[in-house]
Parts: sequence; C-alpha cells; structure tokens
Amino acid sequence: MSFLNFAWSWLKSAQQWHGQSGIPIRILEHLYYSGLSLLVAALIAIPLGVLVGHTGRGRFVLVNLANVWRAIPTLGLLILLVVLIGFSTLTWLIPLVVLAIPPILVNAYEGVAGVDPDLKDAALGMGMTQWQVVRKVEVPLASPLIVLGLRTAALFVVATATIAAVISLGGLGRYIIDGLAANNYAEVAGGATVIVVLALAVQVLFIGLRRLIVPAGLRAQAKASR
Amino acid sequence: MVWSWIPQNWGLIWQYTSDNALLGLVPPLIGLAISIPLGVVSVRWGWVYPPLLSLTSAVYAIPSLAVFVVLIDYTGLGNLTVIIALTLFSLCVLLPNVVDGLRGVSQPVRQAATAMGYGEIRRLVQVELPIATPVVIAGLRIAVVSSISLASVAQLIGVGSLGYFFIDGLQRDFPTEIYVGAFAVLALAFVSDMLLVTIGALLTPWRRGQRTLGGVWAISLAGTGR
Repeated sequence: MSFLNFAWSWLKSAQQWHGQSGIPIRILEHLYYSGLSLLVAALIAIPLGVLVGHTGRGRFVLVNLANVWRAIPTLGLLILLVVLIGFSTLTWLIPLVVLAIPPILVNAYEGVAGVDPDLKDAALGMGMTQWQVVRKVEVPLASPLIVLGLRTAALFVVATATIAAVISLGGLGRYIIDGLAANNYAEVAGGATVIVVLALAVQVLFIGLRRLIVPAGLRAQAKASR
Repeated sequence: MVWSWIPQNWGLIWQYTSDNALLGLVPPLIGLAISIPLGVVSVRWGWVYPPLLSLTSAVYAIPSLAVFVVLIDYTGLGNLTVIIALTLFSLCVLLPNVVDGLRGVSQPVRQAATAMGYGEIRRLVQVELPIATPVVIAGLRIAVVSSISLASVAQLIGVGSLGYFFIDGLQRDFPTEIYVGAFAVLALAFVSDMLLVTIGALLTPWRRGQRTLGGVWAISLAGTGR
C-alpha cells in the first residue's frame, strides 16, 4: 500500500499542521466553499422541488432537465467563469451551486410528490389551507428524502470543491494540484486522504441532522419496516 | 465567441468528443456488468447488502481527481486509469438501483413464475430482471451522464478528453474554446441520455402508453446520482 505510506509520511510531518497553508486552515477554507454552496443550492432547489411536487406542474421538465443538468461540467464552468468574470466569490460559488442543485431538487420533488394523496385530502378536509398542507403535512413527510438529497449534494460538493485549487484558490485541493505540479506524490496522497476523511465526517454529520429534522414518528416507522 | 475557430479545429473537436464518449460510456457498462451479479447476490442474501452499500458510498466520497492520482501508481497515465475510476463511481450509482429494482418485483409475480415451473435462474432472467429494467435504466442514465461530465476532469492528469478545451482555453484566455468544450459535453450527455431512454422504452414494450417518463422513471432518480 504505497499510497497509504505516502499519505501517512506526509500527514505526520509537523509542518503540514501549521501556518497559512497548513491543514487546519485548508479544511476551514474547504468547509467554507462547500457550506456556502450547499446553502445557496438548498435555498433555490428545496422551494422549487416542493412547489413542483405540490402542484404537479412541470414535473416532466423537472425530472428530465435535472438529469441532463448533471452533465454540466463543473471544471468547464469554473474555467469559463474565470475567463469571463475573473476571480471573485461567484467564480467558485456558481459551479458548486450548479453541481449541488440536481440531487436536492429531485429528492425534494420526489418526497413531496410521493406523499399519500389520502393524507392530503384528510388535511384539506380538516380545514387546512394549501400552504398549511405544504408546511404541516407534505414537507415533514418528505423530510427524509430532502435530507438525503442534501446529504448527496454535500458529498458532491465536498469532493468537488477540490477543483477550486485549479484556479489558484485555497481549500484542500491545493495539496492535490500543487503536489501534481511538483511531482510530490506524498502531498497528493495526503491531501486526498484528508478530503476523503472530511467527506465521510460530513456524511456522519448528516446522519445526525436526519435525527434532528425527521419527525420521530417517521423514524420509528422506517425502523419497523426494515 | 470566434465562430471561425470551430471549422478550423473540427478534427480536434471530433477527436476529443469521441475520446470523451468512450470514457463516458464504457465505465457505466462495465459497472452494470458488475452490479447485476452483485445486486442479485445482495437480494438473495440480504446481509451482504448493508456493508456493500457503506463501502460504495465511501468510495463515492473520494474526489475524482484523487482517485485518478491514486490509480496512476498502479495503472499509469492512460485511459485505463480513468476507466477504472469512473467504473467505481458508476458502480456506486448502479448497485442500489439494481437492488431496488429486483426488490420491487412483487411476491405474487414471483410465485406465479414459480407455479408456472420457472427455476430460479430462468425466473431471474425472464421475469425479475425485465421488471427491474426501468429502475436499472434510470440508474444507468445518471451513471452515463455523470461519467461523461467527470471524464473532462481526466484532462488534469493528461488523459485526452473534452477537458482539453477547458485547460487550453484557460491558458490562452480564449473563451470560445471553453464554450465549445462545455457545449460538446452537454450535447454528448443529452444524446446518450435520450439513447438510453429509447433503449429503455424498447426493452419494456409492456409499458408503452403509460405515462412513464415523468413518473415511474423518476422515482429511482431520487436518492442516488452524482
């Protein structure tokens, strides 16, 4: 396992853990890129997915567009924005938001569209308004899928924020790009290892988030049916 | 946008598009060939599936660039490296869909096949796999579209793909080249996606006339997908 040996020899040297280009700073940069992108993507995709799921209008367009949307090459978009608008926050934010939208959108839509029509009828029959049905019935019932969509998107974004280093930004991708440029294999291996660990930690975070967000009744039900 | 650049470089565009198509289509097909037996095993012996699923999601968390770099050590700088990496990613998308598809076959259908004298293998090939086809194709659509997009990142380790136009366009500060590269990636993804939808429709003639595109196809697009 030469890869792990290289990664370990790089990780254990103390100089990687201090200063402006040290691992802790790079992790914070990486989390900043990922977190902001995910937040913006969620603010766009969750309302849109819930709206289409609730009204049923435009679902054909949404489902098929979302799949081809995935093909938008993040690297290409990033480079295009560098050439067009130079280096700014939007340069890295737009490609990562574009990347995060499809899984969040499709899952929010599927979650709401999959709610049992009988439940909606019952809620309307009890005198709820459409908005109350969305807020008190559909969104809570869709919450497991919405969280799953966010989790999948977080996985993509943390793994892909790597390429921000291609345009001389920070983040953990710095180690991979700089290591490649300098033929420093240990640095590449070490950087990749830190990204994987970070991505897995974020996954664990979302499993915790699921506990907080998904109503207890739904969680009990999921356990019983398993 | 310098339109005259396109006809002048037609040969190059075509070459990188076909390279990119190869890198985008071969890995999902290999992934499918691996995930069908794995999926059958996971359904037959249920305890295999949870650890397998955790493993594939962990693999999915690794940045594509990092996977390329790790594999260079073993398979060198070439197509093989990229194909192995993208096959791994495809597998992560396809396996859950194969399992969900097979689990979606209703018990009465299985029993009817058995009552008609079908053995286990014949029931799998002639009944269960055809019924699972829509869900499997939905996974294949995600895998193909993502592979086409990710293959452009392979240019960073020097493997020919449409990513060439991104890097070259950045170095020469020439947006036309980046537009052409991004457009070619999207066009390639769109054509492949439509091709898969058509193949899916041909493979499942009994679903003709149903409203499949927006509805049933979409269900399995949720939850997975890069």
